[in-house]
Amino acid sequence: MNTQNRPISPHLQIYRPQLTSVLSISHRASGVALCVGALALVAWLITLAAGPDAYARAAAVIGSWPGKVIVFLFTLALYFHFCNGIRHLVWDAGRGFDLATAYASGKATVAAAVLLTLVTWAIWLFSGGGA
Amino acid sequence: MKYRTDLYLVRGLGSAKDGTRHWWMQRMTSLALVPLTPWLVFSLARIASMDYEQAIAWVRSPLTAVLLLSTILALAYHAKLGLQVVIEDYVHHEGVKIATLIGINFLTLLFGLASALAVLRVALAG
Repeated sequence: MNTQNRPISPHLQIYRPQLTSVLSISHRASGVALCVGALALVAWLITLAAGPDAYARAAAVIGSWPGKVIVFLFTLALYFHFCNGIRHLVWDAGRGFDLATAYASGKATVAAAVLLTLVTWAIWLFSGGGA
Repeated sequence: MKYRTDLYLVRGLGSAKDGTRHWWMQRMTSLALVPLTPWLVFSLARIASMDYEQAIAWVRSPLTAVLLLSTILALAYHAKLGLQVVIEDYVHHEGVKIATLIGINFLTLLFGLASALAVLRVALAG
């Protein structure tokens, strides 16, 4: 059986990026990134159990400027994955598949992720976390 | 004489002998994380400004402790299922793939248990 010279579907690079496809791969990429980010939560809990000195060192790392930038990016990635995950759950329920709705929910996902990130960071700064 | 219908051949099975369990558990863990994620993030946003004693008091509260343990369990399982699919899709060398999948299983379990133990140590400390 000749399986070598069969026509194959075009590679992914051929296609123009669209909101739907970009959000799709971003969901996967943010999921992988968040697995790394979850290690920060693991570390925070372990330092809390380890005692005040370890906790103070962890708080200093998170409170530093590079720490804040990284945590900000993880917050954005988390809210994007969260909102797009809800979008996926709605699809799993069999709704929202037509093109107009898929684009509208995609835009809403990006807007909600940015908004939730800003609200969370406002709470953090107002509760004194930025000091 | 055969008393069972052919339904047993398809119920919960398939070529992977796993049926829809992976797909279903990915959805169940994400459903659990829908309320748990905002709760955790908003709590941590307030916790970030707390000192050690206040953070300890927060984790020690029974409601926080049980929600934290639920989050850790759902998150570790969700991460394991998600990473597994990514590896299965993109890693084509059979040996590397299986080794990575085993590593993902071990590490998500290890980090999940370490987090749960940390919460229990704080929550149960006399």
